[in-house]
Amino acid sequence: MPLVYCGACSHAPGMTGRAERADTQTRQALESAFRRMGDDIRATRPDALVVIAAEHFANFFMNNMPAFAIGMADGYEGPIEDEAFLRIRRTTVPGNRDLSRRLIENVMQTVDVAYAEEWKFDHGISVPLHFLTPDYDLPIVPANINCQGPPLAPLARAWAFGEALRRAADAVPERIALIGTGGLSHWPATPDSGKINREWDLEFLRRWSANDRDALLSYTDAETYREAGQGGFEIRTFIAAAAAAKGAKGTVDFSEPVPIFAVSCTLAHMNIGT
Amino acid sequence: MSLYQVQKLIYQLNRDPRTRQRYADERDAVLGEYDLTPEEIGALVKPDIGLLYVLGVNGQLLMHFAALHHIEWPDYLERMRQGLKDHGPVREGVYAATGYEGIEAHDARLKAEREMR
Repeated sequence: MPLVYCGACSHAPGMTGRAERADTQTRQALESAFRRMGDDIRATRPDALVVIAAEHFANFFMNNMPAFAIGMADGYEGPIEDEAFLRIRRTTVPGNRDLSRRLIENVMQTVDVAYAEEWKFDHGISVPLHFLTPDYDLPIVPANINCQGPPLAPLARAWAFGEALRRAADAVPERIALIGTGGLSHWPATPDSGKINREWDLEFLRRWSANDRDALLSYTDAETYREAGQGGFEIRTFIAAAAAAKGAKGTVDFSEPVPIFAVSCTLAHMNIGT
Repeated sequence: MSLYQVQKLIYQLNRDPRTRQRYADERDAVLGEYDLTPEEIGALVKPDIGLLYVLGVNGQLLMHFAALHHIEWPDYLERMRQGLKDHGPVREGVYAATGYEGIEAHDARLKAEREMR
């Protein structure tokens, strides 16, 4: 079936772990934007949700770092973080090994993706799911782009990964929804935590909404690091989601800088017209 | 310098409950399994979050190591800032490229660079 949903959202651990430190009105608006996104995803009656994340050394480390990976299991434990730190109860989220395998085989036609029969979710997946599918009743296919340990995959390869995921999703009989999760400019877990380059974020979202491939792929890592911090490397997940939209334009549903959450909290979807 | 080894130990502590238990029960034995300098061992044992940051440990690893030692978030950030004052700029890893300027100085520099263009 053609892809039924395509979107992107933030995954900042502060959104659950330090929620009360944000302004109440902002927090409520953010949570209601997440509820709407969850409702929109459910309205497309998906059989599974592909989450393209930028995991933070929960599974992959510099001893054997895949540029791209997809999970292939019937369940995934998470979050790996301390439950009190993240304030999300650890659980096993359902997966679908057979579906993952078929998606991976298709993606492999053009992208050399690693597969993982074990995968522990960190906040990159657990925080979005906490808001979007709080009952954990939708099977998840986790996908990952190395956005943490350089050398990182070039942006053009992140685009190719998104295209491959779209082709694979369209080729299976199941109804597949897809989201990318990551931050735009941010300096997470560093002395600069809380700094946000709003101007840079808005320009990125303009390019994303226009689904302007050339503009999205024109960032260099040096420029991103200077303007958007090492957290800015996570734009790869948004870029892959844009590629999966196959030319559709996007709508930004919510975007507000929240320094205590260390990012412009952002939720957006591509109008893929299903 | 063996930043890779420091980060690998913290990675294992973050993700593996058995390593955490062993670290609590027989810390020296666990430390002995990694190729660490005396400075690195000292920073891990104390724990000196500021020095670990200056040595180049990625914040996505370090924040959980701090949480493991019950260091609250604002304290964690402050310890890194103090570490930069005490030990100088980050020596290695992803943060070594620009060092730490502080949020206001960084904003001012980016603004000046934009105006130059």
